[in-house]
Amino acid sequence: MTAPTTQTEAAPATVRRPTGTRVTRALGIATLIGLGWFVTFGLFLSPDDAVQLAGVRILYLHVPSAWLAYLAFIVTAISSAAYLSKRTRSLTWDRLAGASAEVGVLFMGITLLTGSLWGRMSWGVYWVWDSRVTTTAFLFVTYLGYLAVRGLGGSHHQRARRSAVVALLSVLEIPLVHFSVEWWRPLHQQESIAKGKLEGLMLFSLFIGVVVFTLLYVWLVMHRQRVLAMEDALDDHGLEFAIAERREEALF
Amino acid sequence: MTSVEVTRLVAVKDLRIELRSRVLVNQVLPFAAIVMVLFAFALDKDDLLARVAPGLIWLATLFSMLFVVQRSFAVEEADGALDALRTAGVPARGIYFGKAIALGLQLVVLEVLLFLAAFVLYNSRVGADGVALLITSALAASCGLGLVGTLYGGLTTGTKGRESLLPLLLLPVVAPVLIGVTQATEAALGVGGISMREGWAWVSLLVTYALLFGIGGSIAFGPLVDDSV
Repeated sequence: MTAPTTQTEAAPATVRRPTGTRVTRALGIATLIGLGWFVTFGLFLSPDDAVQLAGVRILYLHVPSAWLAYLAFIVTAISSAAYLSKRTRSLTWDRLAGASAEVGVLFMGITLLTGSLWGRMSWGVYWVWDSRVTTTAFLFVTYLGYLAVRGLGGSHHQRARRSAVVALLSVLEIPLVHFSVEWWRPLHQQESIAKGKLEGLMLFSLFIGVVVFTLLYVWLVMHRQRVLAMEDALDDHGLEFAIAERREEALF
Repeated sequence: MTSVEVTRLVAVKDLRIELRSRVLVNQVLPFAAIVMVLFAFALDKDDLLARVAPGLIWLATLFSMLFVVQRSFAVEEADGALDALRTAGVPARGIYFGKAIALGLQLVVLEVLLFLAAFVLYNSRVGADGVALLITSALAASCGLGLVGTLYGGLTTGTKGRESLLPLLLLPVVAPVLIGVTQATEAALGVGGISMREGWAWVSLLVTYALLFGIGGSIAFGPLVDDSV
């Protein structure tokens, strides 16, 4: 237990402070252009697959979302560990973890949705009990739980420590789930993605998707992280600020 | 006081509270029994019931466990006992293992009842060669569930909406236990076409799980329950 400290590093927000900066604006524009490029290639320029026909285009969305969701959760885990380590303890790490998890949950939802649509098309069912699919679903639920833990209230450091521990426990949980499901239903057919099947423009579309989605992720997380910082600052200083404002009103 | 001593004292304290209040016996066990009866209504076929009995037993265990975990921390919360213990410098590790042992023992009682219910209601049978596997896997699962239940119980204690948050956090985490112990139980009861060898292999998963969460929990429990920063 440490002595009480101030809740955030941020000073009272006396000026209107948008979450955009030159960097995020440039990044946002790059992402938008990239998305246009991605749509052009994914929907128009890349050819149909010999077997899956136009259905293969779902993969251009599915694979980058999955990649992003996993990246997001890795970032959450690393920033949680960074928060828990005494040398690097800062609420910025906590907010980064939270922002990343929120974006990750969104993209994991997209992954599950597009995956089950694709599965219906190529396997005839929306769901198969294979370890990758099931682990993804468990990740989704686990991180919904993580976000619920973040919303529990209490002081900022309390929230940060609690959620950081949960994030690290999830890192312990996920391989166990993956392993046990794999052992339970060892019928996974490696028939699907990018095993030499996709080539040329199709592979390129997928590659653009991964790059663009990564940019999108960085952009979303930067904004979200700043919004979270402002919410924390509002929590800490909002009341003082409002009182000061009313006082000034009374004086004049 | 050493951690081992604290472990023993906390476990004994929790079990004594249970013996005096009889929440497990008067509320949780009847709940588990009624769940077993309801499963029979829902599934409606005698041979099907015998086939799925292992899964039903362990599902009923998981659902009932949620009440036991909540009860285990409700008694601490009432007078701020957990905070008081920590303020007094009692090692968190001792509290964690003590509560986990008490929880695990209560789960064993629960499982005995559920197996008896399955033998009576679902006509489940265990051969002489399956008894050892049945007992070992149930004990290993109880260890894992006790450890992880205590960890997440400590996490949600004193928070708003913990009744619904605990299942949301805990059930995904215990999924490997459910898979492992159900497979081992199927092997022991001779249903589902799983060999004894495979059954014992699943026990190794249960033991690994208990070890991992035992280590993880003993590190994480202290930071989780120390709420005043």
